[in-house]
Amino acid sequence: MSTKREDGRGPEDIRPIKMEVGVIKNADGSAMVSLGKTVAIAAVYGPRELHPKHLQVSNRARLKCIYSMAPFSTTERVRPGPSRRSSEISKVTRESLEPALFLENFPKTTIDVFILIVQANAGTRTAGINAASLALADAGIEMRDLVTSVAAGKIDGTYTIDLAGKEEEATDCDLPIAYMPRIDKITLLQMDGDMPVKDVKGTIELAKKGCKILYEEQKKALLKKWAKEGLE
Amino acid sequence: MNVQDQYIINLIQKAHRIDGRGLEDFRKVTLEKNPIGQAEGSALVQIGNTKVVVGVKMGVGTPFPDTPKEGILICNAELSPLASPNFELGPPGEESIELARIIDRGIRESKAIDVEKLCITEGEKVWMVFVDIYPINHQGNLIDASGLAAASALANAKMPKLEGDKLIYDEKKTPLPLKELPIPVTFAQIKDHLVVDPSLEEERAMNGRITVSTKENGNVCAIQKGGDAMTMANIEKALDMSVKKGKDLRKLV
Amino acid sequence: MADSKEVKKTEAKEIKSVAKEDKPAEMETPKEVVGDPKALKNDKDVVLPGDKIIDSMDYLPGKNTFREGNSIISKRIGLVYFKGRVIEVIPLSGVYVPSVGDMIIGEVKEVQHSGWIIDINSPYEAFLPLSGVREFVDPGKMDMSKIYGTGDIIYGKISLVSPANSIHVTMQDQKARKFDGGRVVRINSVKVPRLIGKMGSMINLIKDKTGCRISVGQNGIVWLQGENEVLAVEVIKTIEDKSHSEGLTNYIEKLLEKKE
Repeated sequence: MSTKREDGRGPEDIRPIKMEVGVIKNADGSAMVSLGKTVAIAAVYGPRELHPKHLQVSNRARLKCIYSMAPFSTTERVRPGPSRRSSEISKVTRESLEPALFLENFPKTTIDVFILIVQANAGTRTAGINAASLALADAGIEMRDLVTSVAAGKIDGTYTIDLAGKEEEATDCDLPIAYMPRIDKITLLQMDGDMPVKDVKGTIELAKKGCKILYEEQKKALLKKWAKEGLE
Repeated sequence: MNVQDQYIINLIQKAHRIDGRGLEDFRKVTLEKNPIGQAEGSALVQIGNTKVVVGVKMGVGTPFPDTPKEGILICNAELSPLASPNFELGPPGEESIELARIIDRGIRESKAIDVEKLCITEGEKVWMVFVDIYPINHQGNLIDASGLAAASALANAKMPKLEGDKLIYDEKKTPLPLKELPIPVTFAQIKDHLVVDPSLEEERAMNGRITVSTKENGNVCAIQKGGDAMTMANIEKALDMSVKKGKDLRKLV
Repeated sequence: MADSKEVKKTEAKEIKSVAKEDKPAEMETPKEVVGDPKALKNDKDVVLPGDKIIDSMDYLPGKNTFREGNSIISKRIGLVYFKGRVIEVIPLSGVYVPSVGDMIIGEVKEVQHSGWIIDINSPYEAFLPLSGVREFVDPGKMDMSKIYGTGDIIYGKISLVSPANSIHVTMQDQKARKFDGGRVVRINSVKVPRLIGKMGSMINLIKDKTGCRISVGQNGIVWLQGENEVLAVEVIKTIEDKSHSEGLTNYIEKLLEKKE
């Protein structure tokens, strides 16, 4: 059984990671995350006033997430505007981030998270979540932990992380998770494929391991921007 | 948090549920096969007071350019205001899109339909399968009711006859080319406890939700988690229990 | 590794003790404990959301921190401060959250029959009630926009922050006033101390060199008026951008001289 992958990675290797915080000046917080050829940028605005009033939630801030793909992000042009796929990803992204936030401290306001996939080569929702989590921290939103996200699968009997390219077809399943490493809780879990329960558990465990690596990268990226602020 | 939600949470900590069920009990599930004659296949599922009707219609269309030899599956869910005071008219919201996509992906990813057998002329003409999900009364756990109804509607569907370009709906004979159908089982996380088949009251008090779809051999073919964070222990419990519950539900299909 | 960490901690303590001697006036709590050898973060360390600061029940979680089990954890990017038995994080980013007594600059958004709605660069708008103005106003007989009209810029004081986030501004303060003309720049409120500088050194430098009159609200809205407004705005924006740079004052001095 070969352990080499299409791009030469080992089964537990994540593609080259690049993270940068503060890429959009206008936003209260922002970040860019790239994993191999997949590039996601996220901007956070808020907490800010929410209009019209009937959308306000009286005991907490509303978190709104919009995931979208640039028309030129894939081989075939993506039609701009919301699709069923993007609506669903927006929803699961929101639910993956919400557990990390203290939304109760800003009732009636909104925190808006906009995620744009600039280039797509597998793992766009997970890259988007990583970027959004960084942008929220950058914006000074109160958080319990950073949220990190990666997908895993099983190819030729080997648990494999961060699937890319043709691997998405070769795998027994595609299983993205989002995870709060310090709290050890999972906030996003989806799976498409076909495998026994025992393998699902194994795949989740590998994804968690990958999240811990991304967690350290997220911290580095945040400190790169903010560590100097500590100097008097 | 309102009084009702708090009440449900207090009960759960004593391992009780508001309707007296055990944590691992489904409500009463009934399934009526092909209640709608006009449809190619249909099913009416009731889980407690939740009622969902699913209809399968078929048509002929052009295949997608990237899959010229494959038939087309289209799932759609309509949360009509008739089913709940909380549903509103208008374009589909996140909730109905997610419901449709969970069912859609379950069928698609488990390869339940042999789409290659739905090819009529490569690159030109293929069968299209429309699965329309209509909740009639929403009392919680629309996902399991819809998934079960969709499985049954597909399993009992008969294809119309194709003569040249004309579809003859009066002569339905051939069943759909099916493999194994996925059965979703949904759990709510209330406080830190997991309960199967949440009612509407429980959905309002829950802080997380997970759906696991399984095949006949017990393999998992789809997972969708929603809501708050979950521990690995609860996820594992949901995975294990979904196999057992899925087997029970499958007998009805 | 363990050794070097130990050394770093003692150094941090020494530096702090020197700093304390420099400005005794700021010392209000006589028995200030700076850091704790058991802590995972030192006083004035940069922390990120989710960073554990200490595993101990001997301390209380203060602003921007929370307790989980035995631990005190940061909610935001900021600097850790040990204030006696309370651990606080002073945020480095985020929106302006008003507190009573803050002197702020606001823009009048709307004139209502019982007062004025003021934009204070915060998630919540503030309200200036009739009781908050110096003049006696009879709204039945007088055009209230003659006092403050939409678009007016005012310098006022936060007089109320209710638990339900209702915020009141008052003009019943010696320094409160309405600005006449000039222009407004918005910066992040956490950068305001940098813009003002130690004992006002930075803002006075800018005022001197540009000949502008400048008022800085604690909410991050800056009003200025004078000959060289363009340069003043450029400098203020630079300070916001580079507030973390070492030798910021020197840099700004040079920038001001070059353009003079």
